[in-house]
Amino acid sequence: MATHVEQPKPRSVVPIGGFGRLLVCLVAAFVVLAPLGVAVMNGLKSKGQVVNRPFSLPDPVLWSNYTDILRSHAFWRQLGNSALVMLATTFLILAFASAAAFVFARMPFRGREFLFTFYVLGLLFPLAVAILPVYLLIRELGLVDTLWGIILPQVAFLMPLSVLILRNFFLGVPNELEDAAYVDGATAFQFFTRILLPLARPGLAAVAVLTMVYSWNNFFLPLVVLNSEKHWTLPLGVMQYSGQYSSDWGAILAFVTLAMLPAIIFYLFAERQIIAGLTAGSLKG
Amino acid sequence: MHSVASRADAAQPLAVSRRKRIDRGYALTAAAFLLPSAIVYGLFVFFPLFQAFYYGLYDWNGLGPLEDYVGLQNYRDVLSDEIFRNALKHNIIILILSLLIQLPLALGLALVVGRKMPGRAFFRTVFFLPYVLSEVVTGVLWSFLYHPRSGLNELIGKIVPNHESIGWLSDPRIVLYSLFVAITWKFVGFHFILYLAGLQSIPAELEESAKLDGASNLRVIRDITIPLLGPTVRLTVFLSAIGSLQFFDLIWVMTEGGPIDSSQTMATYMYKFSFQRFALGYGAAASLIIFLICFVFALLYMRFFMNRDYAGA
Repeated sequence: MATHVEQPKPRSVVPIGGFGRLLVCLVAAFVVLAPLGVAVMNGLKSKGQVVNRPFSLPDPVLWSNYTDILRSHAFWRQLGNSALVMLATTFLILAFASAAAFVFARMPFRGREFLFTFYVLGLLFPLAVAILPVYLLIRELGLVDTLWGIILPQVAFLMPLSVLILRNFFLGVPNELEDAAYVDGATAFQFFTRILLPLARPGLAAVAVLTMVYSWNNFFLPLVVLNSEKHWTLPLGVMQYSGQYSSDWGAILAFVTLAMLPAIIFYLFAERQIIAGLTAGSLKG
Repeated sequence: MHSVASRADAAQPLAVSRRKRIDRGYALTAAAFLLPSAIVYGLFVFFPLFQAFYYGLYDWNGLGPLEDYVGLQNYRDVLSDEIFRNALKHNIIILILSLLIQLPLALGLALVVGRKMPGRAFFRTVFFLPYVLSEVVTGVLWSFLYHPRSGLNELIGKIVPNHESIGWLSDPRIVLYSLFVAITWKFVGFHFILYLAGLQSIPAELEESAKLDGASNLRVIRDITIPLLGPTVRLTVFLSAIGSLQFFDLIWVMTEGGPIDSSQTMATYMYKFSFQRFALGYGAAASLIIFLICFVFALLYMRFFMNRDYAGA
């Protein structure tokens, strides 16, 4: 009709209609979720049922795979160890990295930028590559087969990214606040703990959740550092369980499901912070 | 702390005057704040790097004293070992596949989800989900999907009559590609999130006005959206490449580098020699070589591709 004026709506620029886009997303979501569903479902099946009908619903439903694990000491001990390592790592990285980031954001001195570069350089030297020399150091320090042998290296290797993220957040706090605090007689430590840290809470949250995910999922370091079963973390537990029950996939997938559940629940609650942390860390680096 | 007086001095409005007045109390405060992180970071990240070079000069099983000095022989041996070279080749194959398939997939998804769309938050949550799962969980889960009889083989068998079971993880010719699918499943969401953040920083008006001027959707994407995403693209290429060169967890869980070294990466190679054969001097040399490969790549990449994005940073 004559009055038809093209009115561009604010929408994605992809040259397919809304329905097509929805379809693409649904297919992709299915590809992502289907393996998870397969794990949950097959955890409810007997050995034979899993192998013969891996994609059908469990019939009959077998709860024992799950209940056996939930009744075992090993699972809860591994869960506890993972939680302990995670909390200790998070506490230490928040304390150490925020103190360092405070200096890099707020206390100028000659050579500071050089030192900062030195801190950030660690991004190029991840744990996977350094594992052998780090292991030898842990051995010299007598930390083999202790949880400290996991916690301290994790703190060290998370330092570059954490300092980077926190420095950016600290730089965003107005200078006037700092000047006012010092005029009122506050010490650097008081300004740091009472003003800067509370204002940078989103930054601390971002660092905390990234640390938690990293620590919870870390596999390589526990693999080489922890020998005795009583210190094992959950990823080692998954590995061991799948070796021990090598053909009983029902049991293995039940374990996998229970192991990933805490991470998924945590993610659903902290998605915003995790994503904020990742984008802040990578895009401003 | 020591610095009540000195910080009051330093807190003058002009940053310049602050910079000039560095007295002892100020320096002590700064040092006290830096010390804990510097100790942990220096000790666990930098010190081992130099140690690795040193250990690499010896033939050492990790137990006795370092006596059997072999100079650069370990380094030469690693570099001339066919298995290590193949491992490097596998890393590079994963890298190239990531750049050609994984990143475009992530970018495509980000463009499709775009800025506004019903269920956008839901899809974002779902696509990113695998990234927060551990690589061990991912590896075991995909090992099941690649089960010789069950898993995907069973599914294909239902659709294709007389389907011969595919040895996803046992056939040396395809194991690397099977692993790559699992890697993509796990990491595509990470790059998707970065692209989505990048897209959000592009003002919508630019694309809309281009469309008003009669540009087709494809042209808008090609000539406006993707060029403006430049910094994000360069960053994801960098992260993806560095990640590909250091791959370990998922591959170790699924294949341990096998069968017959056909999915060995540099990191699994290094692990094998260090922690299974206890050739620690040799393993240290391998570590350092992997580090240097990544380091040189990173420096060159930043020098030639990322300097504009990070100028002044």
